[in-house]
Amino acid sequence: MSGYQIVVCGSIVPDPLQTLEPVTGPSGPVLKNELMLPAVLDPWAGHALYEAANLAAKTPGSKVWLVSLGPKAKVQQVMMAVGQKVPFELVALDGPAGGFVDAHETAAALADAVKAIPGIDRTKLLVFGGWESASRGAGATLQILGERLEIHDQFQGVDQIAPQADGSLEILERVEGGQHQISVVAGPPALLGWATGNLPEPRNNPQVGMANMRGIMPALQKSKPAKVGTGDLQYLAVTLPKAQRETRVVKNMPTDEIAREIVEWISKD
Amino acid sequence: MSNENGAIISTPEPERQSMEVDIACVGFGPAMGGFLTTLSRGLSNADGTPAVESAVSPGMPPQVVCYERADGLGFGVSGVVTRARGIRATFPGLDASQIPMATAIKHERVLYLLDPIGASRRSAALRAADLGIKAWGRLLPWYRDHALELPYAPAFLHKKGGLVLSIGQFNQWVGEQLMAGGQVQLWPGMPVSQPLVDGDKVVGVRLVDQGVAKNGAPDAGYMPGMDVKAQLTVVADGPVGAVGRALDERFGMPEGHHVREWAVGMKMVVDLPEICTLPEGTVFHTFGYPEPEIFGFMYVHPGRVASVGIFVPSWFDSPIRTSYLYLQHYVQHPYVWQYLKGGKMRSWGAKSLQESGKRGEPRLVGDGFARIGESSGTTNVLTGSGVDEAWASGAQLAEGVLELLHAKKPFTRENLEAAYVARRRASWVEEEGLVAEKARDGFGRGVVTGLLGMALSGMTKGMLNLGPEPVPPHERLGSIEGYYQGKIPTAEVARIRDECRKKGQSLAAALMRRAGWPDIPYDGQLLVTHQDALLVGGKVQAPGGYADHVVFLQPAVCESCGSKTCIEICSAQAIAPGETGGVPAFDREKCVHCGACLWNCTQALEGETTNIAFRAGAGGLHSAEN
Repeated sequence: MSGYQIVVCGSIVPDPLQTLEPVTGPSGPVLKNELMLPAVLDPWAGHALYEAANLAAKTPGSKVWLVSLGPKAKVQQVMMAVGQKVPFELVALDGPAGGFVDAHETAAALADAVKAIPGIDRTKLLVFGGWESASRGAGATLQILGERLEIHDQFQGVDQIAPQADGSLEILERVEGGQHQISVVAGPPALLGWATGNLPEPRNNPQVGMANMRGIMPALQKSKPAKVGTGDLQYLAVTLPKAQRETRVVKNMPTDEIAREIVEWISKD
Repeated sequence: MSNENGAIISTPEPERQSMEVDIACVGFGPAMGGFLTTLSRGLSNADGTPAVESAVSPGMPPQVVCYERADGLGFGVSGVVTRARGIRATFPGLDASQIPMATAIKHERVLYLLDPIGASRRSAALRAADLGIKAWGRLLPWYRDHALELPYAPAFLHKKGGLVLSIGQFNQWVGEQLMAGGQVQLWPGMPVSQPLVDGDKVVGVRLVDQGVAKNGAPDAGYMPGMDVKAQLTVVADGPVGAVGRALDERFGMPEGHHVREWAVGMKMVVDLPEICTLPEGTVFHTFGYPEPEIFGFMYVHPGRVASVGIFVPSWFDSPIRTSYLYLQHYVQHPYVWQYLKGGKMRSWGAKSLQESGKRGEPRLVGDGFARIGESSGTTNVLTGSGVDEAWASGAQLAEGVLELLHAKKPFTRENLEAAYVARRRASWVEEEGLVAEKARDGFGRGVVTGLLGMALSGMTKGMLNLGPEPVPPHERLGSIEGYYQGKIPTAEVARIRDECRKKGQSLAAALMRRAGWPDIPYDGQLLVTHQDALLVGGKVQAPGGYADHVVFLQPAVCESCGSKTCIEICSAQAIAPGETGGVPAFDREKCVHCGACLWNCTQALEGETTNIAFRAGAGGLHSAEN
């Protein structure tokens, strides 16, 4: 094996704890003040990226691309943090990241971007992404992307990948009941939707950052508007999740009573 | 590290990496924005070829990297009203609408707020004035809702022609353009622990260790902080920044200079209620309430959003000076509440302000380093202006650095003096800073003297000033019992202290309640608990793998400390009574890095150093609207 070509698809989502408020924009629902909200790499895609980098580091000749569809200015901000983590080459697509887009449109844009990567070789290609998303949890984007790329070996809820001596890949995949299923695929091309994996978030490394940034800014400058969020999709209604923060100051409440209230509160959903 | 049998396992210490750049920059705020914006425009020619060459990467333009402690470029806190002279000099024809939350100032009011509750501690003179205002106020067109709008305010207090800004959004706007230009690299989430000093020369910076336990000991994924070697280190890490303070310690302050005047600035960003008709660009400056020493402000941004906050200064001699409680009482003052009632907190945050201004100016340059911004003494304490001056100092340094790069001169102290310090000395920043240098000294003797002193300094262009030279904050603060003498019996203070220690709480709420301040009527929207302000407003977070940045140096000193002002002043309840009641407990996940604990520690160790070390640390606010 002369190395993998690992393409990680991952977008950005609002930084945790931000106050999200859907409003109606010119082309449908959007998040209020989306461009003012701090953003982070979608945590599910983050796991995929760090696993990709780990696999590439252990397999000489490998390379990692990160294909990211989001507002260019916000992707740039996020890259200042993610760029310090692991080596990758960015492929940027300019478009909304608020989650109000059709999974088919998103997958089509991502597939076109993957196909357009110079020198991409299907015999080495592993497409990674998050099996979930903090904003685009349609549950279908990655599968559709795989179909559009004609990659039929797909795995979802992946926690581990282990290259074998014969070139095959052993994949640990989450299945129902809290169990894992071990599968073996002959080799690339394959698509893996990652669960959490097993790796901690890498430390910030200034040298990695400097190397990455040489490619990140040109990639952002070259990024073109993606054709998403412009189709016929119509949203009949958009609501916030029901569970919202409730503040109440209570003194001297027994722990059993606190536990009972929490269970009751969670059960509302 | 030990194995399961407890035996010590010897693991090789990871090697400390290093890399070389041309210019290493510490801290990204307005000063660094001014520096990097001006510098980056001069590093390349119009055709893209390098205008000057890198010493470490021949053939390339100079390699410039900037490390910012916070997790994002916009995560600092400081909504400002600024005349924006320095900013406009860099961006002629600046269109404020391009910067989120920015707008031109349209109306300014200065208000004296009376105490509608009767709980604030006012001098006899102030009480007499209040009585007079209340008695005759109805006849005055400027009096309503327990507030007197001053019919006249001196010109030096106005920001006419200026801008209302969210510094969080402004920093992001500047950062976006810098990154897009590709001449400099900005790395948030990367605290710098210390300068690298070789003899008397600064040769770069050391980044913080990662993968360490709270006490700094190597832990899983240990990665020693990298050494970044540089020809020039530009320090703009703010008033409590670890690198600037290390330089002060190493090289000393110039004769007669010191940093003894401080304030905590705390604010909320509020979605104003639908019924509020205040136009954007409206600005209030207030004084008199919730305590006479506490100044307040309200700025209206575009989109029915306002910044509302207070400044709690170091010369407010209360050992119980919890800014958050005072902020909650401030927003409920009838004059302010009429606009805020029904509003909703969007964001919240706090920071320390270095209020010594020109008198707090450190050594601006030395071999291999230069200082800009707030920690370099740019803040004008008479006009209450800092962002504009900070930006201008950065731009001045950049002009000097470009001059030296073009002349292929090294960054020695002499060369930086000629290229940067001389520019600064000849500028309006210096001229106005000198006028303001002693303008606030009167506050050392009380609010009324302080206000008169400011007026005198302003009217006479700094020729005449009132008041003594400031003393360090720890020399001003008395005991809690002394502060509440006549209001709360000593035995009751002792009882409250004991109860709060058992609950792990600060004293502020209990003592203020006992002193007559009413409970806060939480509404879950604008009036929320302190902890909710951290989560809903500040979105405070802290990544794992970093050492605690607040350290109590000598536990025995904390054990014997009676006031523990560090707990009371803490902007985020990150410092709380310790389990044994002696050494306070620090919770890094709540800290907003305001640094108030540093200058509120009452226990001096040596000189003006106190028992709290405030080091470089990761995490903090995650809101970009402040």
